Amino acid sequence: MIKEKKDLENLADYCIKNAISCGSTGCAVSVVSSVSETVNFRNKKIENSDRSDILIININIYIGNKKSSSSFTYIDKNNTDIMIKKCFDITKLLPEDKYNVLPDKNLLAKGNHDLLQFDDIEVNNQKKIEYLKRTEDSALSNKFIIKTNGSSFTQSKNNFILANSLGFCSGFKKSKFSSYTDLVAKKNESGMERDYYYDSKAYYKDLISPEDLGERAAKLTARKLNPKKIKTQSIPIIFEKRISKNILNILSSSLSGSSFARGTSFLKDKMNKEIFPKNINIIDDPLIEKSLYSSSFDNEGVKSDKIKLVKNGILNNIILNTYYSKMLNINSNGRSGGLTNTYFEPGKISYNDLFKDYKKLILITDIMGSFGNPITGDFSCGATGIYFEKDESYPINNFTLGGKVNDIFKNIVLANDLEFKYSKNCPTALVQEGLVVGGV
Amino acid sequence: MTNFFEKLDLTRRQAEKIIDDTLFNKDDGELYLEDSINENVILDDGKIKNTNFSKKYGMGLRGVCEDVTAYSHTNSIDKSSLINASKNINSTLNSFKNYKHNNSVKKTNENLYSNHNPIEEKSLKEKINLLNEVDKYVRSKSNLIKQVTASISCEKKNIEIIKTGGLSLTDERPLVSFKISLMMKKGFKNTQGSYASGGRMTFDNYINEINWKKVCDEAFRQAEMNQEARKAPAGEMDVVLNNGWSGVLLHEALGHTLEGDFLYKKTSVFHDQIGNQIGNDNITVVDEGNIAGRRGSLNMDDEGEKTQRNVLIENGKLVKFMHDRLSAKLTNSEVTGNGRRENYMFAPMPRMTNTFMMNGSNSREEMIKSVSNGIYVDALGGGSVDIVSGQFNFAVNNAWLIKNGKLIMPIEGATLIGSGPEVIKKIKMIGNDLKLDNGFGTCGKSGQMVPVGLGIPSCKVSMTVGGSKI
Repeated sequence: MIKEKKDLENLADYCIKNAISCGSTGCAVSVVSSVSETVNFRNKKIENSDRSDILIININIYIGNKKSSSSFTYIDKNNTDIMIKKCFDITKLLPEDKYNVLPDKNLLAKGNHDLLQFDDIEVNNQKKIEYLKRTEDSALSNKFIIKTNGSSFTQSKNNFILANSLGFCSGFKKSKFSSYTDLVAKKNESGMERDYYYDSKAYYKDLISPEDLGERAAKLTARKLNPKKIKTQSIPIIFEKRISKNILNILSSSLSGSSFARGTSFLKDKMNKEIFPKNINIIDDPLIEKSLYSSSFDNEGVKSDKIKLVKNGILNNIILNTYYSKMLNINSNGRSGGLTNTYFEPGKISYNDLFKDYKKLILITDIMGSFGNPITGDFSCGATGIYFEKDESYPINNFTLGGKVNDIFKNIVLANDLEFKYSKNCPTALVQEGLVVGGV
Repeated sequence: MTNFFEKLDLTRRQAEKIIDDTLFNKDDGELYLEDSINENVILDDGKIKNTNFSKKYGMGLRGVCEDVTAYSHTNSIDKSSLINASKNINSTLNSFKNYKHNNSVKKTNENLYSNHNPIEEKSLKEKINLLNEVDKYVRSKSNLIKQVTASISCEKKNIEIIKTGGLSLTDERPLVSFKISLMMKKGFKNTQGSYASGGRMTFDNYINEINWKKVCDEAFRQAEMNQEARKAPAGEMDVVLNNGWSGVLLHEALGHTLEGDFLYKKTSVFHDQIGNQIGNDNITVVDEGNIAGRRGSLNMDDEGEKTQRNVLIENGKLVKFMHDRLSAKLTNSEVTGNGRRENYMFAPMPRMTNTFMMNGSNSREEMIKSVSNGIYVDALGGGSVDIVSGQFNFAVNNAWLIKNGKLIMPIEGATLIGSGPEVIKKIKMIGNDLKLDNGFGTCGKSGQMVPVGLGIPSCKVSMTVGGSKI
């Protein structure tokens, strides 16, 4: 069982008191209790079960403007004392850095918003097994699926307390139910192909049905069969939703406070400048109910509100914690743990209409490697997809996409099919020009 | 070595009894105990940042019956936690009645790393001074350097494996790593360079003045060269890879597909190819876990098995997969000492240790001369592979365009892709300059990260380059 709030609070309080009595001038601590249970399945039978029960303490100690951190699995009070003392001794030896401060008190979150992130239902291993059986039955009913590469169901629950020596003390319980199935397809003498589908929700009843999970994964895998290779060329590219979300990942790593303050982001000089077409808006909303990624405060306790990262195509906001907001001399926007629920406002045209203006194009269904470099702004990765020309379409693989991240931003056209599934959510996205396909 | 049973209510004898009671009617299993400490000191933006001192402490109990594994782990090493773990194991495995319990292990007396605690070898003050010196040295090279991040990470990991009958196996693993990354800016053009050095020997082996300067020089060379770089070409062409870290090609394109779990699951592209000629007869690939001091080396693996030299591909013929105890049992193979896990939160699986290709007969100059249109890669980045289709990719940090046998100009922004079974047939020339990497590889599989080593001689191979110039 996960630990109750009172126990975690007591432990957090003990750590702060201990740190202060050593001589620390400030302290922040998080105590996290998590229990998770996983069943893995393969080819209709159980492959393994895994149970994890962990209690972890993370502590930041300040002596004036000196700071260091420590994390440790909880053993007992005695070991906690030793770790805090060690952390304190290290801190003493470090140089001062004036930006090493606890958050401004007036920015700390007050009260506790319940964002409905905890479902206390217990999905025991027998139920997990039942779910996975149905998933694999559904997947294997597709005639091209020859075996499963693994299917999995995890229930995890955690409870945490975040506290600091300014008096902040808050935390909440979260639950997460996730399932996936990873399949292998083969047709005649073709090579094997694999693909997967997964889902992850705070509430069990919101999780995808096992039949749907198996069927979707089977379709994704089977459509890769008998791939052809393509010629090196410049061609319009459409990114499926599960790939287009990466556009927000590269944006987010280029907009971190650290990369702006330290001058390493390729977007560093673009604040208040146009980086997307005028109709593009990008929002980060930490307060969406029932989302796995929501929280009304960040991991320093600073209140987080909805922000617009990009407004009418113009770069409007970056991702800040206390350290870098002090360095940049602005207020933290409560993003010490990074972004929360980030999304593009959907476009106006339908998925089908994205395709219709082009004689030929490529739909990207999978990528390998990183989706852009946040320092240089270069973009290059391996890809898998579907080639469309006139009325014909066929799977393609073993090709590359190359260009500049900026070209993707500038030439993007969004469909109206936004859905909230990940922490970063993007509609199907067309990049009309700027990308080069490397093939044979 | 840590005494995991000094606490209150769980003596070693009691633990052994619970282990025996739980595992004697299973095919295999063990209790894995871990006490690891890690100190990480980072210099960034001209100042010391993020100094972290951490401890991982906990245990994981595993039971295996036929091809089913049950694992239960927790950070509290006490009686009620071990009994709970035992219950969890039994609840998954209670339907198996025909067990063949096997607790025999190939033991080792080897000591591949000197017995020391790298965290205590130098004082924190010495490490801070060293990082400041590094920062000064790097920045003095060019005023175009806008950012430098350097870090020293030291780890000491104590593990104990207890099997039935009170069989106890221990290992104390030191790990040292020194890393540097820097950014240069000229006008609007940002470039970066990074390099590292490390392994399981003492601090001074990696972080002495000659060595850390070499690491800084290489990172600087990469960033400076890319300032002059043009767009990389796109399409299939000849690629000459330099020796050393380019072994990531082997690791991704071949190594993962030769891990034993993908053999018994029959998901590896090579699962039905043992004994077959899969590449040219000049190709021999080895995984060797018992090289002294290397980052990927272990006295024993995380199941207590002795590590060893395993020839995987011999003169182009596929001879062996890498195994943990489970995959060895299920495929009637010998264990190879490749059962590894990131920490006590995970059950072990077949993983690489130090993987490299043996020498061929060509010189790198010959290879470059033989290329009419292609690229020469002198710094690869990281990569990944889909073991089912065999497709892999990796990033290129530094490369040159080759025209008519000559290096023409630096190029940037490229990825290399290919498929394992195809690429092994497309290795056209192999160099006589085998080198192991400098000690900074970390391999991820199913969410578990483990340190690995790699190596390769220079080689010429045909691959698809993902540049942006047609």
